[in-house]
Amino acid sequence: MAEVSLSSSGTELTLQGIRKEFPGFVAVDNLDLTIRAGEFFALLGPSGCGKTTTLRMIAGLEDPSAGKILLGGVDITDTKAYKRPVNTVFQSYALFPHLTIFENVAFGLRRRKVSNAKELALAALDLVQLAHVADRRPAQLSGGQQQRVALARAIVNRPALLLLDEPLGALDLKLRREMQVELKKIQADVGLTFLHVTHDQEEAMTMADTVAVMNNGHIEQMGAPESMYDLPETAFVADFLGQSNVFRGMASSANASTIEVAIPGGTTLRVPVARASAHSGDVSVGVRPEKMSIHAGAVAPQTDTNVISGGRVTDVSFTGVSSQYSIDFGPLGNVVVFEQNLKALPTVDLGDVVSVSWKVERGFGLRDHRAAVIDEASEL
Amino acid sequence: MAFAAFADTSEKKSAEPVKKSRVVILMLLPGLAYLLLFFLAPLVSLILTSFMAPDPNSMDMGQFVYSFQWQNYVTVISENWSFFVRSFGFAILATVIALIVSYPIAYFIGVYARPWPAIQAFALILVIAPFFISFLLRTLAWKQLLGDDGWVVTTLKSASLLPADGHITGTAFSVVFGLTYNFIPFMVLPIYTSLERLDMRLLEAGRDLYASPSTTFWKVTLPLSMPGVVAGTLLTFIPASGDFVNASSSFLGGPGTQMVGNQIASNFLKILDYPAASVLSVVLMAVIMVIVSVYVRRAGTEELL
Amino acid sequence: MKGSIFGRALLPIYTILALLFLLIPIVYTFIFSFNDAFKTNIQWQGFTWHNWTNVCDAQGVCEAFGNSIIVGVVATLAATALGTALAIALVRYKFRGRNIVSLLIFLPMATPEVVLGAGLAAQFFSLGTPKGMLTVIIAHTLFCLSFVVVTVKARVASLDASIEEAGRDLYASPGQVFWRITFPLLIPGIAAAALLSFALSFDDFIITYFNSGSMQTFPTFIYISAVRGVPPEANVIASAVFVLAIVGVTISQVVSSVRRRRLAASR
Repeated sequence: MAEVSLSSSGTELTLQGIRKEFPGFVAVDNLDLTIRAGEFFALLGPSGCGKTTTLRMIAGLEDPSAGKILLGGVDITDTKAYKRPVNTVFQSYALFPHLTIFENVAFGLRRRKVSNAKELALAALDLVQLAHVADRRPAQLSGGQQQRVALARAIVNRPALLLLDEPLGALDLKLRREMQVELKKIQADVGLTFLHVTHDQEEAMTMADTVAVMNNGHIEQMGAPESMYDLPETAFVADFLGQSNVFRGMASSANASTIEVAIPGGTTLRVPVARASAHSGDVSVGVRPEKMSIHAGAVAPQTDTNVISGGRVTDVSFTGVSSQYSIDFGPLGNVVVFEQNLKALPTVDLGDVVSVSWKVERGFGLRDHRAAVIDEASEL
Repeated sequence: MAFAAFADTSEKKSAEPVKKSRVVILMLLPGLAYLLLFFLAPLVSLILTSFMAPDPNSMDMGQFVYSFQWQNYVTVISENWSFFVRSFGFAILATVIALIVSYPIAYFIGVYARPWPAIQAFALILVIAPFFISFLLRTLAWKQLLGDDGWVVTTLKSASLLPADGHITGTAFSVVFGLTYNFIPFMVLPIYTSLERLDMRLLEAGRDLYASPSTTFWKVTLPLSMPGVVAGTLLTFIPASGDFVNASSSFLGGPGTQMVGNQIASNFLKILDYPAASVLSVVLMAVIMVIVSVYVRRAGTEELL
Repeated sequence: MKGSIFGRALLPIYTILALLFLLIPIVYTFIFSFNDAFKTNIQWQGFTWHNWTNVCDAQGVCEAFGNSIIVGVVATLAATALGTALAIALVRYKFRGRNIVSLLIFLPMATPEVVLGAGLAAQFFSLGTPKGMLTVIIAHTLFCLSFVVVTVKARVASLDASIEEAGRDLYASPGQVFWRITFPLLIPGIAAAALLSFALSFDDFIITYFNSGSMQTFPTFIYISAVRGVPPEANVIASAVFVLAIVGVTISQVVSSVRRRRLAASR
């Protein structure tokens, strides 16, 4: 997995073999994870993948069944929630309805008997531009304002690690975009380690330095957002981060640089060895829809280009800057292609027989295939 | 109010309850000990007392010894079965009438008056107003109003709707009337609570799907207000069947209207026949438990229990 | 029904009449508190302020009223404390026998008062406890307890558990979480439960009658004097309590609706 940096800042988080069982199922299964000090880390996955349970274990709100949690090298597995230097921004904000905004923000400082609690709380409210509502109650604020109060209430404590549990989930799209920018800016300003849990892949990719995709209680893949998008290792990641076309096949031959994969219909696809997470046996070849080209009729294959022919256009939707084509390739399934409308008009029509192609170096090889994603992605 | 909670069957699953034995025990122990000592133990005492036999060494009233005199049940029930019939008859009648009278009131406050919160609040205050004045005094007021010298009786007599020697007080009618009157607020509040939560869009959906207003009422509104109806009928039926104030001759009743409650009170406090009073109490409780559990199951609202 | 003016007006008219019907005995009691009657307050004898200005003239009425207040306050405090703890434990913790505990709490509400009263009296009799203030307070605490649990339970269940988690997250120890977060948030429910308890206790007759012995509360005073005729001073006390309660309820309604409107306006 990701490299473990032994940073001396003392605020990095390490999970070692963390496991959480609930009666009847395993929510988190043997999870290892390291978040470097000062990093904005996103834990991304569908609901029920175990990401929130992981976050709650780090916060101390849930006890792990096995494994260790280290914060700056110190084992905090058995430390009570209220003694951990970790703070959380809750999904529902969980502001104290009976306290003023100011008292909400000052709550943690007062519990720790910080002497200049008042100045610190006001400074935190200033940071989120809400000093003017300090005397109001949470119910008198809008959703976006409540969200910022929840953030101020957590960061005012200068926690070694800030946990964000889908903090933008309850906001509407426009506000969410604004808050994403603001949150990222605040993180840069205060320099805290952020662990952000979300199911919104766009949110994770926009904000995080490192993204970990979680599925069925374990991490499927972890890395920088760009590299994850460019080179997913499993069909689940390929599908969850953006859209992909995946062709299931068997590796037929390989040389030092390229693997050849035979797919149904007699076609052979090539994928660079460096871009494949499996090199023999079951290998699926994937490619992003915007990296494909569409051609009327048949096209002769070339060594640096993969071509699949004989598809029929079943849907064309024009979205302005680009057009989206849906092409039926029979046993290979449906293929989606995005093409920028650089020319005047869409080049092919509904019902046309077409070919698709992409440069070999733009595809990727996956170690599993689509069918496994739905049932048991952890099994190979 | 508690009546709202009484009708509330949807327990929100907020947090996964965690087991923390020491804290739980500390919180539960005092309350549970209280219930054991002053609820369960008295019920056991009642059962024990119901089998007691007169003290052979004493000629005084109210002297009994522990025994297993099961014949008490035979004698007491055979002497008092008519009081049971009357009690449950009166209680069922009062419950049904109170339901018919109360549902429209609850519907008006909870549904009809929704656009006008001030009217809703005002009507609710009027419904609970009787709670704030002693129910004995209210019942006495009716005794006075319906008494032989009151204008109700005089008017009815002059209109020949009541025979010259007729009465209202002291009859079964006035006892059922009193029971109904006293329990109307207990019926209105839970039904109101159910109806108040009713989503108006469901009624619109019903109308949209070709249901006439009356079909919408019978197929949508009434079933959704069932928890309130069940809570209200229980809050009326249970106390009504054990009541002895309305049926007492110094209130709305007479010699021919005595209910089981009157028998229990006089056996316990006047004749000092504790075993007989206990038999009556045990049988009353048992019959109510059976009726209530059958009723709740039939109404499909087991969660209430 | 739809569209017809008659049908549209029927329900409001019915409700007005029904509510007026509910008020008849209250108005009657109020009017007869001004009756210039001695001892028996049955026939209207003329208007007087005397009953209001000399409430305690009728023998025993003020003492009975005082007893009712003492019983109500003590039973309410006891039932609220015991019931709140039970309610929190029932909602927040999963333990073996939780359903039996719930049933045990529900049963007193499903038991006719006459059975509760007779049972407690039988218990006190066999324990040899003399009937009086103490036995009445014990009895009232018992039947108020179940209503407190039901009322507070609803409030606990509606609390967002993440608010308490936020407290733990923000360095509050379990005790601090309870006293600074949970308890303040439960106060409206606890207050409602306490008010309900007091009202139930204050107006209870049947259970009291079985367990009071020679001590009189306001309802047993009325019941016993009903044979000869209730003195108008009892009407004065009942009317005064009624007016106070109605004014209190109305003020709280107005205050909460004003607050709600202000809240809506400030957003």
